[in-house]
Amino acid sequence: MEIVKVGMAGTMESSDAIVTIEPNTDSGIQIYLQSSVEKQFGNQIRSVITETLRALDVDHGIVRVNDKGALDCVIRARVQTAVLRASDGGQFNWKEED
Amino acid sequence: MLKNALGREIPEKIDGIGELKLYQGPFEYEPSGRRFGRKISKVLPGQSKLLNSLENVINEIGMKDGMTISFHHHFRDGDYIVNMVIDMLAKRGIKDLRLASSSLSNIHEPLIEHIKNGVITRIETSGLRGPLADEISNGLMDIPVIIRSHGGRARAIEAGELAIDVAFLGVPSSDAYGNANGYEGKSICGSLGYAKVDAQFADTVVLITDNLVDYPNVPASIHQTDVDYVVQVDAIGNPKGIVSGATRYTRNPRELLIAKYGAQVIETSGYFIDGFSMQSGSGGASLAVARFLKDKMIEKNIKAQFILGGITGQYVEMLKENLVEKLYDTQSFDLIAARSIGENASHYEIDASFYANPHNKGCAVNQLDIVILSALEVDTQFNVNVITGSDGVIRGASGGHCDTAAGAKLTMVVAPLIRGRIPTILDRVNTVITPGNTIDVLVTDRGIAINPLRKDLLDRFKNTKLPLFSIEELKEKAEQLTGKPEPIEFGEKIVGLVEYRDGTIIDVIRQVK
Repeated sequence: MEIVKVGMAGTMESSDAIVTIEPNTDSGIQIYLQSSVEKQFGNQIRSVITETLRALDVDHGIVRVNDKGALDCVIRARVQTAVLRASDGGQFNWKEED
Repeated sequence: MLKNALGREIPEKIDGIGELKLYQGPFEYEPSGRRFGRKISKVLPGQSKLLNSLENVINEIGMKDGMTISFHHHFRDGDYIVNMVIDMLAKRGIKDLRLASSSLSNIHEPLIEHIKNGVITRIETSGLRGPLADEISNGLMDIPVIIRSHGGRARAIEAGELAIDVAFLGVPSSDAYGNANGYEGKSICGSLGYAKVDAQFADTVVLITDNLVDYPNVPASIHQTDVDYVVQVDAIGNPKGIVSGATRYTRNPRELLIAKYGAQVIETSGYFIDGFSMQSGSGGASLAVARFLKDKMIEKNIKAQFILGGITGQYVEMLKENLVEKLYDTQSFDLIAARSIGENASHYEIDASFYANPHNKGCAVNQLDIVILSALEVDTQFNVNVITGSDGVIRGASGGHCDTAAGAKLTMVVAPLIRGRIPTILDRVNTVITPGNTIDVLVTDRGIAINPLRKDLLDRFKNTKLPLFSIEELKEKAEQLTGKPEPIEFGEKIVGLVEYRDGTIIDVIRQVK
C-alpha cells in the first residue's frame, strides 16, 4: 500500500495510542515513538508497528506514534487505520486479518 | 555487597551514613541499648516562649551547619512550613542539613535548589513525590535518602538513630506556652500523630502556628513540657491542600469489583466476627472494601472494636452509627475526620510510636485483625512495592504499609491486575517495602491469590465460589494481555535506602537510567 497523504488514527486517552503516517518518498520506513511505557515495552511496540506495516505492504512512510500504554492489538488497529486513511483508495482485507 | 534475607544486594556501608544492618526477617532483629534522651534544659518562671518572628527563633536557637531538623507531614500538599524554614536557613548560609520530615510531597519541589546549593545534604522520610522525587531518582544527592515506615521512623527517633536537633512543627492551634492541637483554627489537620514523637525527642522544639489562643489550650496533643519556642505566622498551610472536604467514594467499576472481592474475602476469612479490628489505606479500592464491609456488618449485626489509621469521614460516620467502638487516629485524611478528633472522645489521637513502632512495649498494629493495603507492584513471592513506579522512579511512600502488614492477622493487598499496559504482578518487584511473608492475600479485578504460606486460608477458601488462582497464574493472565515487560535498567549509584521497620535494610533504590 502506498502512503500518499497524511493519515491519522487514535486518541491520547490512557491505554490508547495516536498514530500519524505521512509519505516518505522512496526513503523507507521511519518510526518515531513516544511511549509512557518505553522502558518496558518500547521494543515490543516498534516491532508491532513494523510488522503491521509489512503486512499491509507499506514500504515507505514516516510513522509517528504517541502511545499511552496501549495493548498490542490497539496499536495494530491504530496503525492499520492510519495507513488506510493515508493511502489512495486502498482496500483493507478484513478477511485475511482474521 | 551482601545479600539480605530476600536476596537483595545491600552494601556493607554507605559513606555519610555508616554501616548497614541486613534485613533478616520481619521479627528477627533483636534491639539493644536504651532509649534516646533529649538534652535537659530549664524554663524559668516568667520566661516567655513566644517570639515575634521565625527569624528571631532561628537567632535564638543558634542554628549550625550539619544539624538535623525535623518536620511532620500532616499538612500534606498544603504544607508551607518546610519550605518556609529551609528558605530562611538557606538565607543565613546554613549548610549540610539533615532533613527529617515524616514525609515529603509535590509542594516541596523548591528543596531541589537547596540540595544543589548544599543547604540540605541528607534526607530521611517516609515518602517522596513529584519533581523532588524525580530529581533524587536521577541522582541529585550524593548520600542516599533513607526511606522509613511510620513505625520505623518513630523507632529510629526513640533509638537515637534519628537524633533531632530542632523540630519545626506547624500546629493549627497553640497557646503562647506551647500547648497545641490539630483540630482548631483555619488550617486544621486533625491528628498530630507524627509530630507528637518529634516533640518528645528533639533537643529543641519550635511550634509554628497561625492561630494563637489563650492559655491553657487543653486538651493538647503537644504539651508545654516539650516545647521551647512558639511563633505566630500568617499561614502554616493551604487548607485546600491539607485536607479534602470529604474522601469520595470511588465510582471506578474496576475498583468496585476489586472491593467486592475484597469484602467477600474478609467475610469468608474467619476474622470477620463481632469485636474485630481493621485498618484500610486511603486508596479508592481500599476504602470501597470498608464500605462494602459496613453493609455486611449491619446485615450480620457485627461491630468493630476499633478502626486504626488513616481515619476518613467514612469511619467517623461508622463511629456515630455505633458500628465501631473506638477510632485510633495517627493521621486524619479529610475535614470530617479532622474535626471529629476534637469532638468525639471515642475518636482517639495516637502518636506514630503507639501506632506502629516495633520496639516499644507493644504498638497498635499488633492488635489489628485485618488490614487492606494497596500496591504498585507485587511479585510472585508476594513482596510489595509502594515506593518506586514501574519506570523505577520514586513516586510513593512507605507509610504504614510494612508496619500494619507485620502486625495484622489478615493482610490483604488490593490492586488492579494491569494498569494501562503495566502488569502489577512481576517475578521481582523493583523495590521491596513489605516482605511477602507478611502478606496473606492479593485481590485483583481478575482473581484472588492466597499466599501459600497460609495453608489455613487456602483450606478455608477451597470450597468458595471466589475466583482463586495461584499468584503465578494471575501473573500469566496479565502477561497474556500486556506481553512480558522488559526489566528496567538502573545505574550503579544508590539513591535510596529502604529501611524495614526494625532498622535493617530491606532494599536499595538505584539511580534510573
